[in-house]
Amino acid sequence: MHFVAAYASALLFGVGLGISGMTDPSKIIGFLNVFGDWQAELILVMVGAIAFHGISYQLIVKRQTPLFSTSFLIPKKKQVDERLIIGSALFGIGWGTGGYCPGPAIVSLVTRKDSILFFVAAMLAGIALFHYIFKPIFLKD
Amino acid sequence: MTSYLAALVGGAIIGLASSILLLFKGRVFGISGILGGIINPARGDVLWRFAIIAGLTSGGVLVLLFYPEAFAGKNASNLRLIIAGLLVGFGTQLGGGCTSGHGVCGISRLSIRSIVASIIFIGSGILTVLVLSQGGV
Repeated sequence: MHFVAAYASALLFGVGLGISGMTDPSKIIGFLNVFGDWQAELILVMVGAIAFHGISYQLIVKRQTPLFSTSFLIPKKKQVDERLIIGSALFGIGWGTGGYCPGPAIVSLVTRKDSILFFVAAMLAGIALFHYIFKPIFLKD
Repeated sequence: MTSYLAALVGGAIIGLASSILLLFKGRVFGISGILGGIINPARGDVLWRFAIIAGLTSGGVLVLLFYPEAFAGKNASNLRLIIAGLLVGFGTQLGGGCTSGHGVCGISRLSIRSIVASIIFIGSGILTVLVLSQGGV
């Protein structure tokens, strides 16, 4: 059953990304172009998402367990470390360079454009590079 | 629907979708983390991630059918997108999240790490667009 819930939630998530404008790389670049011809509208995507989930989150975690699973698995770490800072900075550079973050890129695969296939392939390679090369060599945790 | 209203409504749908995954499965809707667990799988924690990818692409099919303008934006060159993809893939794994995990789910539960991460990736994205536009690329 939890696979159905995962599938349904992701379908909705994908539709939300499409409606919101997040799947349009020119809108992403326009949103990040604060010092140029700024298009502010995408800030409302975060406002809408956080307004909804900020409230529902509080209600959901009052439960002992999720409906189809034995426990909640929510990140508990509090410490801001250099991994978080450097990783987020690199992600932002990639986001501003291509206009895609991971979710919209996956949703955009259905267009079957070469450019998005290249982006997703490179993104998966970047993920593999971290887990199989960088992490075993440089991070001992 | 104006693009401002569309952004707000789309955002609320994203918040609803994240809430459904949390309520039923107890997991955070962080797409870079979900991908990380496919590339670097842990036993018994993989199949639901494929269900998420299938759901996201099914959502994409609906958008393509009923609102194809969502994909009308012009893409950068393939070379630029390859560089961007590598940075997005590597950076999100090192930083432990992206726009969904940190930006939506993390900020919604007022995680300090996620608030800091979001400020940094939006900030570095702004600087990147500034630098690239100054350089005329």
